[in-house]
Amino acid sequence: MRAKTIEHWRWPLGLMALSLVAMGFLGYQVGDAASATTLQGSGATFPAPLYQRWFAEYNKLHPDVEINYQPIGSGAGIKQFQQQLVDFGASDAAMTDEQMAAVKQGVVLIPMTAGGIVLSYNLPDLTAPLRLSREAYVNIFLGKITNWNDTAITRTNPGAKLPDEKITVVTRSDGSGTTFVFTSHLSAVSDAWKNGPGHGTSVNFPVGVAGKGNPGVTALVKQTPGAIGYVEYGYAKQTGMPMAVLENKAGKFVSATPATEKNALASVTLPANLRGWVTDPSGDDSYPIVTYTWMLFYRKYADPKVAQTLKAVVEYGLDQGQSFASDLGYIPLPESVIRKDKEALAQIS
Amino acid sequence: MSSENVELTAAGAASGNIAGAPRFVETLADRVFRQTTFAIAVLTVGLTVYLVYTIGHAAMPALETYKFRFLTGTTWDANRNEFGVLPAIVGTLYSSILGLIGGTLFGLAIAVFLSEHFLSAGLESVIGALGLEGRRFWAALPDGIENVLRTTIELLAAIPSVVYGLWGIFVVIPWVRPPADWLHNHLGWIPFFGTALSGPGLLPAAIVLAIMVLPTISAIARDALIAVPPKIREAAFGLGATRWEAILAVFIPTAATGIFGAIILGFGRALGETMALAMLAGNANVLSWSLFSPANTLAALLANHFPEAGTAEVGALMYAALVLLAITLIVNIIGTVILQRAGAQLKGLR
Amino acid sequence: MAAMASEVPLEVDLPQLERSLRHPREIFSYFMSLLTGAATLAAMFPLLSVLFLLIRRGAQTLGKATFTELPPAAMMPGGGIGNAIAGTILIVFIATLISVPIGILAAVYTAEFAPESRITQAVRFAAKVLTGLPSILAGVFAFAIVVMVTGGFSAPAGGVALALLMIPTILLTAEDAILRVPSRMREAAIGMGATPTQVVRKVLLPTALPGILTGIMLAIARAAGETAPLLFTSLFSDYWMSRTSPEFLPKTIGDLMKPTASLAVLIYNFSGSPFDNQIAMAWTAALVLVVIVLLVNIAGQRLAAHYHR
Repeated sequence: MRAKTIEHWRWPLGLMALSLVAMGFLGYQVGDAASATTLQGSGATFPAPLYQRWFAEYNKLHPDVEINYQPIGSGAGIKQFQQQLVDFGASDAAMTDEQMAAVKQGVVLIPMTAGGIVLSYNLPDLTAPLRLSREAYVNIFLGKITNWNDTAITRTNPGAKLPDEKITVVTRSDGSGTTFVFTSHLSAVSDAWKNGPGHGTSVNFPVGVAGKGNPGVTALVKQTPGAIGYVEYGYAKQTGMPMAVLENKAGKFVSATPATEKNALASVTLPANLRGWVTDPSGDDSYPIVTYTWMLFYRKYADPKVAQTLKAVVEYGLDQGQSFASDLGYIPLPESVIRKDKEALAQIS
Repeated sequence: MSSENVELTAAGAASGNIAGAPRFVETLADRVFRQTTFAIAVLTVGLTVYLVYTIGHAAMPALETYKFRFLTGTTWDANRNEFGVLPAIVGTLYSSILGLIGGTLFGLAIAVFLSEHFLSAGLESVIGALGLEGRRFWAALPDGIENVLRTTIELLAAIPSVVYGLWGIFVVIPWVRPPADWLHNHLGWIPFFGTALSGPGLLPAAIVLAIMVLPTISAIARDALIAVPPKIREAAFGLGATRWEAILAVFIPTAATGIFGAIILGFGRALGETMALAMLAGNANVLSWSLFSPANTLAALLANHFPEAGTAEVGALMYAALVLLAITLIVNIIGTVILQRAGAQLKGLR
Repeated sequence: MAAMASEVPLEVDLPQLERSLRHPREIFSYFMSLLTGAATLAAMFPLLSVLFLLIRRGAQTLGKATFTELPPAAMMPGGGIGNAIAGTILIVFIATLISVPIGILAAVYTAEFAPESRITQAVRFAAKVLTGLPSILAGVFAFAIVVMVTGGFSAPAGGVALALLMIPTILLTAEDAILRVPSRMREAAIGMGATPTQVVRKVLLPTALPGILTGIMLAIARAAGETAPLLFTSLFSDYWMSRTSPEFLPKTIGDLMKPTASLAVLIYNFSGSPFDNQIAMAWTAALVLVVIVLLVNIAGQRLAAHYHR
C-alpha cells in the first residue's frame, strides 16, 4: 500500500500538469460563439481612459457588444492596424499618407476627442500660478534659460517669489503622442526649436531628466524642487498639479480650462480628410497647446456586421460619449467637428 | 528457492523497481527517452538561433547603416536618424554590476545564513534554554521560521517590475537623497559623487536591481550550499576548522559552480530588466562616473522607444538588442573562464 | 599497547581544538557569523518595505468583487480583476507547460546523457544567451512566430513569450541540481542493472527535485510578474474569456485564441492612470499576483515534501 503511494507520486510534476490539462479540456465545449460581437482596437494611450469608459458604458447598454481597446502606443497601434490584427486603431498623430497607402482596404480617420498639454512645476513659494511667455517656455526647454530668477520669467510674474534656483527640466523618456503634440507646438512657435530638436513622438531634448509615462514625469516634478515638465491636462487635473498660464499667439496669457481649450480647437477648420493639427491656435482666449486624437478605421470591412457595430459605437461616442469627456479631462468636440465626423462615418462599410 | 528469486525479479520488473537486466521494453523506452532529450536539446539551441536570427534580421538595415558608429555614438535622435548606444552600454554594465555586487553580497549572506541554519540553531538554543524543546509547537518553530523566511525571499521574485519601479520612486529615492546630497557636497571631488542627485539615477536603479536579483541568487546558492555532501562537511569540522573556515575554504568552493550559476542568472536578470529601470534610471544619454547621475540602459531604451518607433528606429532598437545579447554572452564567457581557472584544483572534491 | 593508545591524543594540539574567543580564528568566525546575521537583517529591511507597501496599498480595495468583477473604466465605481486573475493563471500555466518539459529534458541531456558533447555546449551557450534576453524581445519574438501566424493576440502567444524567459532559469538550475546528485547513487543504480532512463527517472530526478523545483518556482514567479512580453502577445481584454458573464475557463478554442487579460498588464496600465480607482486596482492586482505565486510555491513545496517522505 505504501509502495503504491510512493509510486503514485513518482511523477508529481507530470501528474499535476496532466490533471490540469485534463481540467482545461473538460472546460471546452465546441459551442458556437454566435450572436455576440467582439471587436478589437489598439493604439494611443492618451485617449484610452475615455475610450474604455465609452466601451464599458456601451457594453452596459448592449451586453452582446464587447469592444476591447488596449493602449499600447500610437506607433504600435498604427502598425497593428496595418497588419490587420485589429478592427480599428487609434493614434494621436493620425496617420501619414505613406502609412495609409499600406492599408489596402483604405483608411478613414475620425477625430474622436481632444486634449491639452500643460506645463506643471514645483515652486512651493509661489502663490499665484506661474505665467510663462512663449519665449520663456521655449527657452527653458531649449536649455537657454537655466535659472528661475531669469528676467524672462520674472518679467511676466511681477511680485512673485521666484527662487534663485536651477531649473530641472523633466521630459518623457518613452515615445508618446504627448511629446509629439508638445514638440509640434514648440516647432510651430520657435524656429530654434524647429531646426534644433524638431518634433516627433520622441525627440532628443537638449536638457533635463526623463520620466517614463505621465506618472514618471509627475513623480519627478513633485519630488524635485525647481522642476518643470509637460503632462496631459487630464492627468494634471486629476492629480492636482499646478499648471502654468501660457502666452498664446494673440499675446494673451491663458490658463488651461475646457473652455479655453475648446476655443483653441474651434479656431482651426479641419480639412476634408479630417487630419489637421492645432499647433498654434489663434484667438484671444485660446489655450496654445491642444490636439485632436483620431480613431483609425478601414474603409471596407469584410464582415458588414463589424462595420455596422463600429459605426453605432462611434455614433454613441460622438453623441452621449462627449459628456464623459470633460469629467475625465478631455475637450468635448466642437459641433462642427461632430457633424463632419458623422459624414466621414458614412464612408465606412 | 530459485523459483522464489525469479518471482521476486519478475514482480520487481513489473512494478518498475530497479532489479535485474533491462527488458526489451525498457531498452526501447530508454532509447526513445534519450532521443527525446536529444531532440529537446537541439530544439533549445534551434530556438535560440532562430531568435537571434529574427532579431538580427530586423537589425540588418541598422547594422549596415550605422556599423560600429552605433557602438560609439552618444546621441539617440529618432528625428535625425542618428543612433548611438555608448551611454546605454555603459549604463547597462554600470548599473548591472553595481546591482549584482549588492545582490551577491546580501544574497550569499542570506544563502549561508539559511543553509547553515544560523537562525534555527540560534532559536533552538533559546528554546532549549527556556526548556520548551519538548513541546511540539516550539520544537517545530525554528524550522518553520526559516521556511517562512526562505519563501518570503523567493516571493520577491514575483513582485512585478512596475511595483519595484514605484517602490523605487516613492521609497528609495527620498531615502537616498540626504546621504547622496551630503556625499556630493562634501566629497564631490571623487568622481563617483561628482554630480547632484536629481531624483532618478544610477544609484536608485542599482539599489532596486540588487533587491530584484537577490531572490534568484540567494535561492539557488542556498540549494548549492545545502547539497555539499555531509562527508565533506564532517571532514572539515573533523580537521578542527572553525565554522567560517569551513564555510569559506570548503563549503563555498565546493558549491562554487552552483553559486556561480546563481550569479550568472542574477546578472542576466539585471541586464535584461526593463520596466523598473525605465522608471528609475533617468533615461538620459549621459556618460558619467557619478553614481547620482541619470543614466540609460539598453533594455530601458528598448522598452521606452519600441511602442512608438518608426521603421528606422525599430532597426536601431534591434541592433541595440543584439548588443545586449552579445554583452550577456561575453560576460558569461569571461565568468566561465575565471571559474574554470579557479576551480581546476577543486575537481576532485565532488 | 595501552601506552601507545594514550600517546596518540597527546600529539594533538589540544588548545588548538578548544573553542575559545582567545583565538583570532575563532574571533573571525564569530565576527563573520555576526556579519552574516546583520547582512540578512539588513537585506530584510528593503524586502519587508516592498511587501509592506504592497500589502498596505493592495489590501484597501480587496474584497469579493476583486475576484468576480471586470476592471473598472476611469471614474467608474467598483469593479475587480477577475478576468485578469483567470488570464494570468491560464497564460502562466501554458508557459509552464511549455518550459518545464523543455527545460528539464534538455537539462537531463546536458547533465547526464552527453555532458561533454558539442550539442551540450551549444545548449549551455544558448541558455546563457537567453538569460540576458530583455523581456520585451521575448514578446517581439512570440509576436512574430505566434501572433502573426495565428492572426491574432491570444493566451498561447503570451505563454510562448513567457516560456522563452522561463526556459534558461529552469534548464540551468535543473542541470546544476542533477549534476549535484552524488555519483555513488547513480553508480549504485547502474550497478543494479538500471537503464540510463531508469537512472534518470528513479534516481536523478527524484534526488534533484528540490533544486529543480526552486528553479521552476523562480521562473514562474518571474514570468507571472512580467509585463513587456505580454503587451504584444496576449495583449489584454476588458472582458471575460467566455462571453457568458463570469466564466473562468475559456469555453471554446475560439475563446482561447482571443486577447487575454493578465494581472501584469493590468498593473502596468493602471499604475500609469491618473484615476484613483484604477491606481487602487493596480495595487490590489499586485498583491493578488504575489499571493497566487505564494500559493503555487507552497503547493510545490508540499508536493516535494510529500514525495520525499
